[in-house]
Amino acid sequence: MIQLTHLEKLEAEAIHIIRETVATCDNPVMLYSIGKDSAVLLHLALKAFYPGPLPFPVLHVDTTWKFREMIAFRDQRAKELGLDLIVHVNQEGVRAGVNPFVSGSRVHTDVMKTQALRQALDMHKFDAAFGGARRDEEKSRAKERVFSLRTAEHRWDPKSQRPEPWRLYNTRKRPGESFRVFPLSNWTEADVWDYVARENIPVVPLYFAAPRPVVVRDGALIMRDDDRMALRPGEVVETRMVRFRTLGCYPLTGAVESTAATLPEIIAEMRGSRSSERQGRIIDHDGAGSMEQKKQEGYF
Amino acid sequence: MSPAVALRAVPDIPAPEPIASKGPALLRFITCGSVDDGKSTLIGRMLYEAQLVHDDLLDALARDSRKFGTQGDKLDLALLVDGLSAEREQGITIDVAYRYFATPRRSFIVADTPGHDQYTRNMATGASTADLAVILVDARKGVLPQTRRHSFIVSMLGVRHIVVAVNKMDLVGYQQAVFDGIVAQYREMAARLGFDAVTPIPISALEGENVARRSTAMPWYAGPSLFEHLETVEISASAAPGVRFRFPVQWVNRPNLDFRGFSGTVAGGVIRPGDEIAALPSGRPSRVRRIVTQGGDLDEAVAGQAVTLTLDDEIDVSRGDVIVAVGDGLTARKAFAGRLLWMSERSLGNGEEFQLRLASATAAARVSVLGAVDIHSFEPAAADGLGMNEIGLVTVALDRPVALTDYRGDRELGAFILVDRVTGDTVALGLVDAGAASLVRGADAVARRAGGTGPAAAVRRHLAEGLVAGWRAGLIEEASWRLLSGLGMAALTQAVLGDWRLTIAAGLLEALLRPALRFAHRKGWRALEQRRLARAAYDADGSGI
Repeated sequence: MIQLTHLEKLEAEAIHIIRETVATCDNPVMLYSIGKDSAVLLHLALKAFYPGPLPFPVLHVDTTWKFREMIAFRDQRAKELGLDLIVHVNQEGVRAGVNPFVSGSRVHTDVMKTQALRQALDMHKFDAAFGGARRDEEKSRAKERVFSLRTAEHRWDPKSQRPEPWRLYNTRKRPGESFRVFPLSNWTEADVWDYVARENIPVVPLYFAAPRPVVVRDGALIMRDDDRMALRPGEVVETRMVRFRTLGCYPLTGAVESTAATLPEIIAEMRGSRSSERQGRIIDHDGAGSMEQKKQEGYF
Repeated sequence: MSPAVALRAVPDIPAPEPIASKGPALLRFITCGSVDDGKSTLIGRMLYEAQLVHDDLLDALARDSRKFGTQGDKLDLALLVDGLSAEREQGITIDVAYRYFATPRRSFIVADTPGHDQYTRNMATGASTADLAVILVDARKGVLPQTRRHSFIVSMLGVRHIVVAVNKMDLVGYQQAVFDGIVAQYREMAARLGFDAVTPIPISALEGENVARRSTAMPWYAGPSLFEHLETVEISASAAPGVRFRFPVQWVNRPNLDFRGFSGTVAGGVIRPGDEIAALPSGRPSRVRRIVTQGGDLDEAVAGQAVTLTLDDEIDVSRGDVIVAVGDGLTARKAFAGRLLWMSERSLGNGEEFQLRLASATAAARVSVLGAVDIHSFEPAAADGLGMNEIGLVTVALDRPVALTDYRGDRELGAFILVDRVTGDTVALGLVDAGAASLVRGADAVARRAGGTGPAAAVRRHLAEGLVAGWRAGLIEEASWRLLSGLGMAALTQAVLGDWRLTIAAGLLEALLRPALRFAHRKGWRALEQRRLARAAYDADGSGI
């Protein structure tokens, strides 16, 4: 008899969760952040409903500060796969001139990501939203459920989460309540890359090392992706061999110096690394428990 | 020198092999025990020893240790895992946290579960998917009520491998006598819990003694360190999924008129194209045509695989149904006996209704409490309600037939949750257990309430209630049918024979005598079924009680 490998078990579990959501919720949507976790999630969803098409739309909450390569990659994938892609921008935030440089990372993330997400979910009346978050990413995420209930105001209450024994997911909700669903809960960063390699899943080229224009700011290597990023006195743009371990808004995402330009090289580098994946994410470090607070406010 | 720097000076061990992506090298385990036994410290220690704590996290830990730490100037490894603000403030673990780490020999998923009484449900959740449980005992305190409770729940949920980690040995001078005393105490308590293996290990999570490396402070202990044991322990086959093919249908895939597939995850056994199957509860037979996946059709699918089946015949199958191999013997039932762990803050009254979820099936369920298990003696006693974290023996009546079987033989079709229909909360987890009801020994109160002479009467009454509820709904239709068919029979007799006495006899026979005979017949079969249930209870192995 066939013995399932570790990755095959994770794959089956994720497909099971995705199907469970579609079978029990009225109007699901997949959050697509263009990163490697989203790429894997999308790949799994296509598997779950084969030979049928994806039975839900894909939502990208665009802060207008994503790397240009991310947007190009998003549009190309949507075309190739025939996705029903919804792009949502918080226009109020744009009108108010919110941006990561002037408003600071906390306000920018709150307005352009958290509030924007809530707007989009409310506007389309989605009652379940898939996300690619993993429990190994961050401490408060380690306590997150697979089916995470949010109130009508999109709040997360970490203290009254529903127990999830076995594979039994409680998908009952009251009007207005919704779920964030995390099919990759039990995956690690290593599992994601191993799976990307095994399944040949396309990912944004920013994950691979290349010479890129960067500025050293507050100890982080920030890629100057366009001229909206004004240089401070003394700052110079240098070309360095860098890559990204996670992708977000370019002013808030630090690059790492690296020569890993292929998948096997990335995997080897990650295994030898002494720093965590989200280290380059500036928004995580806005204070102890900051991810938990953002999650309570409705952030993914 | 900051603590973080001091820690990084630990000699560099080669980084562990990547999380194994081949072979069954994955072990899922939980850690449990009383409050302050040092579970979070132990997990933090394990992550640290497995080189999983990255430098930036160590810096954050050093910062947090100064702010929230309970270990003076030392790093408080517990803060690596207690991630919620409330947990840090109170210094306790509230919720189950899952952690992932690997040593060169195995990869692990750990559920770090709370010790606090109030959060027992979270501990049970962690235990439901575990292969092994590490039960922590504080060397200064010995076996506590919470140790007994956790051991019992772990046993009930089918975990067969236990590690008794006697922690804080550093605080009792690493004395063998203390360790031996606790081990004897634990073994006596656990004798009835049906574990396959109980492995005691003396440790100090704080100092790292016998966690990753063998301790030099306890030369009297010759056994393995915790890591060595976890890396090498063989999990017995009893935890493996059943051999019979069972496939709860999750979703019907109908993208166009030419394709109708049934999607789900194989719960047990193997299936191949051409195999004869039946769909429950209807029992309609068919044959598997294809096993569809995006990567191409499969020649076989095994337990744990998520696939889509197509069948030879257009039989009616929907979500909640179970596809089984022909001759499985599994039946769909409207009433069953089982055990509950009540998880809600409000208590459970007798006869309350909930939504039941079992595999992919959903049904309305009325729960009758027969008894509760005393957590100190492990003895069942009569009860007519349950409080939070109590374990009850119950019968459940459903509004529709659901394919289910004993948890002991099938972890998928024997496990369920109860959902509050108003709040939507998950209020209980449960196990189907045919023997549960007859365990209420000497429960006179239950017997009296049931109007019978013993627990068996109570069981009969509760099981019958489910059937009666179904009958009542069909009563009017049944009566009208009887009347019509009686009149029809009479008319026919009159027309053919022309004898009014025979006409009356035939009419009465059809309208009254036939249903009475059928009732008696059905009752006979039910009595047989009860006898089988009772026998199954006596045959039950030592799992749980």
